Amino acid sequence: MKPGHGEVLLAEGDPRVREDEERLVEEFRRQLDEGMWAAVPVRNPGSGRREARMVKQYGDIPPDSERVIFFPRASGG
Amino acid sequence: MLLALLALALIAFVLAAPIAYRRAARWRAARAPRRPAGPGELDMDLYDPGRERRAEQRARELLRSCVNEEEWGMYRDLGFIRVAGRHARRELDRDRGIRPAYAYLVYPHKPIVAYVPESGQLLSEYCVEFPDLTGNGGRHRLPASDDVLAKWMALTSDEDRVIRRANMHLVGRQLDPARVRRDLWRLAEWERRRGNREHAQQSQR
Repeated sequence: MKPGHGEVLLAEGDPRVREDEERLVEEFRRQLDEGMWAAVPVRNPGSGRREARMVKQYGDIPPDSERVIFFPRASGG
Repeated sequence: MLLALLALALIAFVLAAPIAYRRAARWRAARAPRRPAGPGELDMDLYDPGRERRAEQRARELLRSCVNEEEWGMYRDLGFIRVAGRHARRELDRDRGIRPAYAYLVYPHKPIVAYVPESGQLLSEYCVEFPDLTGNGGRHRLPASDDVLAKWMALTSDEDRVIRRANMHLVGRQLDPARVRRDLWRLAEWERRRGNREHAQQSQR
């Protein structure tokens, strides 16, 4: 999510393919270095409700995730 | 006598030359054909009136694909989303079933409001924003639906962190408490109608 633009596709690929994964890891790190927060929409296994899971490392991303959403970190308004 | 006339003519020519030059330059500029600006000649960012609308449409689709069906319906019909608080105040709260001890109303580009669903008591408002980190100058905001999604993701994934970062105030600093109470009433009506509809659908099966 980019202020002034909304949703922007940063990178896409199959994490099982090595070249794609390297690209995804690089983009993931770049976004976090820029101060963005990363979250993955998931379904709570207990309640079945959808929620988000914050990820701080590429390895934290659930393997079956379709996407990671980066958004500016929150600050007091 | 002739020499004097020549001297006067020379002086008049020298005095009139700059005026004639300026007139000629203006005339040439007025007659020059207008050509379109080439690349790089116009570094002004042209305003695209449809950009924000398109960004908001994409943001709504993204929000819809992430939140629960009930939450999407709430946002579509009422303009805000309710997110349940994760913490229980005491052991009694853990046995409330689906009704949480407290919840948040998430509005686009407005503070998050914490309240007690059981009593409708308004607790506090949390002012939080997601500022542009690119440092490109200007002060852009997320589209409205992206702002709601960012708050939803922050609250459902790490409630403590977003609440710690927010500025907390009593309700009334930015939001009108009467309006929030009216929204709670609208939410209750919306849930009642939705419950009736679901009940009717189940009866028909």
